[in-house]
Amino acid sequence: MKIWQVFLVLVLCFFFYLTAVFVKEANRTAEGGENPYSEQAAASAAAAGEDTAQGAEQEPAGPAAGSIAAWTENLNILWVILASFLVFFMQLGFMLVEAGFTRSKNVVNIAMKNIMDFAVGSIAFFAVGFGLMWGLDRCGFCGTRYFLPTSSDVSSVNAELGWTFFLFQTVFCATAATIVSGAMAERTKFTSYLIYSLVISAVIYPIFGAWTWGGGWLAKLGFHDFAGSTVVHSVGGWLALAGAVTLGPRVGKYSADGRVNAIPGHNILLGALGVLFLWFGWFGFNPGSTLSVTPQIGYIAVTTNLAAAAGAVAAMVLASVIYGSCDATMTLNGILAGLVAITAGCDVVSPLGSILIGGMAGCLVIAALLFIDRVLKIDDPVGAVSVHAVCGTFGTICVGLFAADGTGLFYGGGTKLLITQLIGAGTAFAWALGIGFVMFQIIRATVGLRVTRHEELRGLDIEEHGMQGYPNFDTWTTV
Amino acid sequence: MKLIIAYIQPETLNDVKQALLKENIAKLSVVNALGCGHQLGYTEQYRGVVSEVNLLKKVRLEIAVNDDYLDRTIDTLIRVARSGHIGDGKIFVVDLLECIRIRTGERGKEAIG
Repeated sequence: MKIWQVFLVLVLCFFFYLTAVFVKEANRTAEGGENPYSEQAAASAAAAGEDTAQGAEQEPAGPAAGSIAAWTENLNILWVILASFLVFFMQLGFMLVEAGFTRSKNVVNIAMKNIMDFAVGSIAFFAVGFGLMWGLDRCGFCGTRYFLPTSSDVSSVNAELGWTFFLFQTVFCATAATIVSGAMAERTKFTSYLIYSLVISAVIYPIFGAWTWGGGWLAKLGFHDFAGSTVVHSVGGWLALAGAVTLGPRVGKYSADGRVNAIPGHNILLGALGVLFLWFGWFGFNPGSTLSVTPQIGYIAVTTNLAAAAGAVAAMVLASVIYGSCDATMTLNGILAGLVAITAGCDVVSPLGSILIGGMAGCLVIAALLFIDRVLKIDDPVGAVSVHAVCGTFGTICVGLFAADGTGLFYGGGTKLLITQLIGAGTAFAWALGIGFVMFQIIRATVGLRVTRHEELRGLDIEEHGMQGYPNFDTWTTV
Repeated sequence: MKLIIAYIQPETLNDVKQALLKENIAKLSVVNALGCGHQLGYTEQYRGVVSEVNLLKKVRLEIAVNDDYLDRTIDTLIRVARSGHIGDGKIFVVDLLECIRIRTGERGKEAIG
């Protein structure tokens, strides 16, 4: 039995299981039992208000609690669901950045990877991930309940937002998953990538999320990661590093004599469009993480925007100093670096602080790109490791320095928060890189991680998907 | 003086170029080409429909060489561009009547240089 047949059988078993659950549920409702997805089920669970893993104070929910409260609640739901849609939009950004920064012979593969990791991840997060992340019980390591959640389950996690909260968590998980795609572009087997995206969405991201946002041990230490510099971006970034190292560089990236070759992307405009989409989506990613309509939304949007702008300016200036030209791809990476770095502290740093963090991240990303590309000789086509892992870690540590609520080192808060932030960032590094290596090695040993040299040279579009991205254009010659 | 016209698989272009450079053959033109040989095309799938692609994408190299470079160039091309499968391509060699470098007006051997 071939290994892909084993996976096919596993997937089929999973769908049979889902069907069985579905039939049971339908029968129960038909026999007059309570529908677990009805409004009443959600409301009763919310009213019971049992252990909200959120830890935040909860208003009495339900329309009966008075019209003002109902208005507030509905506004909160509206804001968070809109923010979820914005975060979903970041998927487009990731896809375009990756497609634009790589060669035209692989665009179909890149589109498919970015679409399918969201599709696979959504189901995996619903089935397993959400429970692992938000169902913390006596077992302190990870959640043990709320798998295949019902309305009452999601209401127990967040009484006010319910399914809206679930969707918000899903798109965050998908963001972490899709980061890895860029670092592994142009040489990864498609099926192996699907297996990877299943594992990160079902296990790797949710477990780290449980430690931080789900009320686990890092949360108890006082680790501050507002919207996910560490939880989303560093975890994705370190996994990307594990993937890129396990895969090895693309054919032609490093010559035998040690020379580093450039493999230019095929459409910088697409890459720029993707970065702007990401910038746009980040206005849902950070301000949406308030999970409620407060004046803080505007404040967070401003710090987010300033950091992105500072990242762009800093990266462009530094690139023009180093290369003598305003390098577009470096500037675009600088924008993303600023955004990733501000994500952890966007609610506590001052606007001036956000400019400093974004600017330093813009410089740091170029240094990291050069270091990873030239010194470590790790081939990361879009700079995912530099942007997400390095700047995510940097931004997380910066909270300990720049937190303007009096806990940051520069604001007289001492080193307590700084040390906690270092512990959190270090944990993400160890967890994601460690489990990433194990996972990719297992995938490599079983289904295989990399396409053959011939397939890579001809392009994954033809070899993996049987079609070309640009059939009517002159795209014969491949560098 | 000879003109070597070689049709090769696009994905071998980079390796061929590097190998030629090592043999000190640095001057070449590359043209995208469509063609059909013994392969008679291949099939592509688009939205479930199989389409016959009769003309294949190839790369055409044009290399003008002096006679003493001829064998070396051909050997290199065969060595690097050969995969052993149908579709590896063909090499044509034709006599070159004249070669003139526009910048200096040099002719013949020097112009090929």
